Amino acid sequence: MNAPITDIDILWITAGLGCDGDTIAITGASQPSLEDVVRGIIPGLPKVRFRNPVLAREVGEVFMRFYRDAAAGVGPPFILVIEGSIPDETNKQEGFWAGFGNDAATGQPITTCEWIDRLAPKAWAVMCAGTCSAFGGIHAMAGNPTGARGLPDYLGAKWKSRAEIPIVNVPGCPVQPDNFMETLLYLLRQAAGSAPPIPLDDLGRPTWLFGETVHEGCDRGGYYEQADFAEEHGRKQCIVKLGCWGPVVQCNVGKRGWINGIGGCANVGGICIGCTMPGFPDKLMPFMDQPPGSILSSHAIQTYGNSIRALRAFTQASMNKEPPRRQPNEDA
Amino acid sequence: MNDSPEIPPKLVEMVWDPVTRIVGSLGIHTKIDFARRRVAECYCTSSIFRGYSVFMKGKDPRDAHQITSRICGICGDNHATCAVYAQNMAFGVKPPHVAEWIINLAEAAEYMFDHNLYQDNLVGVDFSEVLVKETNPGVWEKAQRTEAPHAAIHGFRTVANIMRALNPFEGAFYLEALQMSRLTREMFSLMEGRHPHPSTLYPGGVGTNPGTQLFNEYLVRLLRYIDFLKRCVPMHDDLFDFFYEALPGYEEVGRRRVMLGCWGSFQNPDACDFRYETMSEWGREMYVTPGIVLDGKLITTDLVDINLGIRVLLGSSFYDEWEGSEMFVTHDPLGNAIDPGHPWNQTTLPRPQKRNFSKNYSWVMSPRWFDKSTGDHLALDTGGGPLARFWVTALAGKIDLGGYVRSTGQSVKINLPKTANHDAVELEWKIPRWSNTLERDRARTYFQAYAAAAALYFIDQALGEVHAGRLKTWNEFKVPKEAIGCGFHEAVRGALSHHMVIRDGRIANYHPYPPTPWNASPRDRFGVPGPYEDAVMNTPIFEENGEDKFQGIDIMRTVRSFDPCLPCGVHMYTGSAKTITVRHSPMFGAQVR
Repeated sequence: MNAPITDIDILWITAGLGCDGDTIAITGASQPSLEDVVRGIIPGLPKVRFRNPVLAREVGEVFMRFYRDAAAGVGPPFILVIEGSIPDETNKQEGFWAGFGNDAATGQPITTCEWIDRLAPKAWAVMCAGTCSAFGGIHAMAGNPTGARGLPDYLGAKWKSRAEIPIVNVPGCPVQPDNFMETLLYLLRQAAGSAPPIPLDDLGRPTWLFGETVHEGCDRGGYYEQADFAEEHGRKQCIVKLGCWGPVVQCNVGKRGWINGIGGCANVGGICIGCTMPGFPDKLMPFMDQPPGSILSSHAIQTYGNSIRALRAFTQASMNKEPPRRQPNEDA
Repeated sequence: MNDSPEIPPKLVEMVWDPVTRIVGSLGIHTKIDFARRRVAECYCTSSIFRGYSVFMKGKDPRDAHQITSRICGICGDNHATCAVYAQNMAFGVKPPHVAEWIINLAEAAEYMFDHNLYQDNLVGVDFSEVLVKETNPGVWEKAQRTEAPHAAIHGFRTVANIMRALNPFEGAFYLEALQMSRLTREMFSLMEGRHPHPSTLYPGGVGTNPGTQLFNEYLVRLLRYIDFLKRCVPMHDDLFDFFYEALPGYEEVGRRRVMLGCWGSFQNPDACDFRYETMSEWGREMYVTPGIVLDGKLITTDLVDINLGIRVLLGSSFYDEWEGSEMFVTHDPLGNAIDPGHPWNQTTLPRPQKRNFSKNYSWVMSPRWFDKSTGDHLALDTGGGPLARFWVTALAGKIDLGGYVRSTGQSVKINLPKTANHDAVELEWKIPRWSNTLERDRARTYFQAYAAAAALYFIDQALGEVHAGRLKTWNEFKVPKEAIGCGFHEAVRGALSHHMVIRDGRIANYHPYPPTPWNASPRDRFGVPGPYEDAVMNTPIFEENGEDKFQGIDIMRTVRSFDPCLPCGVHMYTGSAKTITVRHSPMFGAQVR
């Protein structure tokens, strides 16, 4: 399994219950960009052939052949990328919730689940792009008729690829573009034999991307420390009282920004709705209510925060004065 | 083409599933008459169901925009914005002006980003060297000999050079467009945090902090994009004009009756109070005019009219009829009767089943617009978005955005100021002779300029608010126990509506109607095909390949001209095509009535 891989296919299936937003998001990545990986600009990587229905030149059955060949064991090793949540095709009498390509014999769609059953056992690695495939996401919300859930729920949490790699989850709704491309780059280096096995936490998330909370990387954290909380949207202060779940949510968007360092969520005035988390969305709704846990913590910090803010204001006022010998001339 | 009745039709079943280079999974199932070289029949199928209308019931109405953003991964923010419009109406809240300018700037960036990426990284491939060589070697030959009329501006000497620049992952313009799509996403993210699912948008306004830094950061990027557009627009004109010239009759490809709907975009905060009672007035003040164009005539610009006419029909979809289900809204706030088939009253009852092209074959329903003057259920299309927006806006003649954009009654003039590499230019989009594939695509390029010019106006207004010290971005509201709301907007690919009913403070009914259900709908209960089906059925075949190597490029260009964005599906059995007999007359251009 450790022989360096020189050619690798990326087979991306968008036919889960999703919105293609993870594919679109990664076209915005620049660290690295998709075209840099596809065109072989990054040194030391295997030669990559990228198959994704949103971007493919090929159409219809010509396009499906990549997937049929892989299922038949023809062709180079491949990374299977799943986007969208996985429906329960057994919860109804007939028909399908999600299909991809057609069965030539029956003329009916081949279900997305069937494709996963065919391809996952043969994949060198399996990646989940976005929260839908990683944990179920928005389409797994209570009351959905499709029985949607995440890929690890479908394949089993202990599932490993034939190269002994667990499912690699890169959550986010959608996935932060560079988070995904950076994870893919890591796996490609691993495939080339130049990197050790990818470090993942017990939910399959790359540890260096999801080890910290939004709050730990939030540029509004200083307001929290000083117990300075916004009472309405559009203020510069900490927005935890407006519904922000940043203090407990594992996500790096505040530090990394959304695209080329711009944007994000709590850092730019958007309450964190926990879109990278397995509990999303049910456990975080209604989004615009204050998270129950933060009622205690934001209250507990009042005494410390208010006094420290007052002391700092005092020191700040002093620092805003030049030393006496530089005082401006009153008569000038 | 030969329409002579003596020639026996030679019908071959051809299927494209999935249609790639669109968002969502779409399938097109056709019968092609290779004797007459035209498409005889077309069925459009969708193979994914997600169930938003089902799982939104009982949820908090304040969450509607966060949930519905996830409907679409390329224009999710259009949904979030439309939901916020519906929430504002239901909650009775009007955001501060600066919030509306921020939302308009975000949506303008969305049009600039999305049309750009879709046109030059997805659609453009159909016009690239790679595909033109494979499907029409004669056209490629001619392109090499054809000087591009605007070469001095865009730098591509021949039309073939333009086609080469569009080659996927290699062509210079393909790669440049990908880069520009990141710049415009930075602009979007400045206004609303993230793309495609925004983080700082709320009912009542936004959480974004306005200031000179915010708007300057947007402006400098906008000017770079405008500089790019000054090459992009004439380049596309050269490309599309060349196809008319190289393939006489190409205007018939994807042509259908002019039946266009646009639900309006960019609120004017001076006019819009989000009340249903005044919607006719403030709708007409939007900076893209809402309306319906039928056979070249503007039949309404009234959002109340538009709202009352929406009907959701079944006929070929995997759902049970909801006849006899609860009527949520019998009358609108103006006292007009609301139909049981209206989105406010729709009940979604999914019924998964085998696909059967003579019965039910799609997860898409069939929205139609009821024209009370004729009794027709019109299968309106959006022209992929820009064509309808331009056509309505041009005819209505209501727009004058500080000289940046002006509608004249038969055209729209767009003024772009001096930028780093180019002088100021005036572009003019003129009402075309046809609603067809090439004009849908051309309008898409021009609308990027419309959005950019409108953004210049919005920046001026937003800075005006900043300079006046009006920085509040959000107004408080209470969720009523009982309320209804509707939002009308233009998603990138066309008309978008959201309808919400609130009972006991929770969502009792919610139905979004994006452009793709209009465009990708299957045959309705009257047997009227949806717009893709109809446009493909009217399409003559110009591809030089015979049935053994047939790629269906003219059909693919047609479907993609609508900018599909939905879980749908099209199948193709290349090389194993079986000749079949005609079971009934092909419905050439079968029309409403």
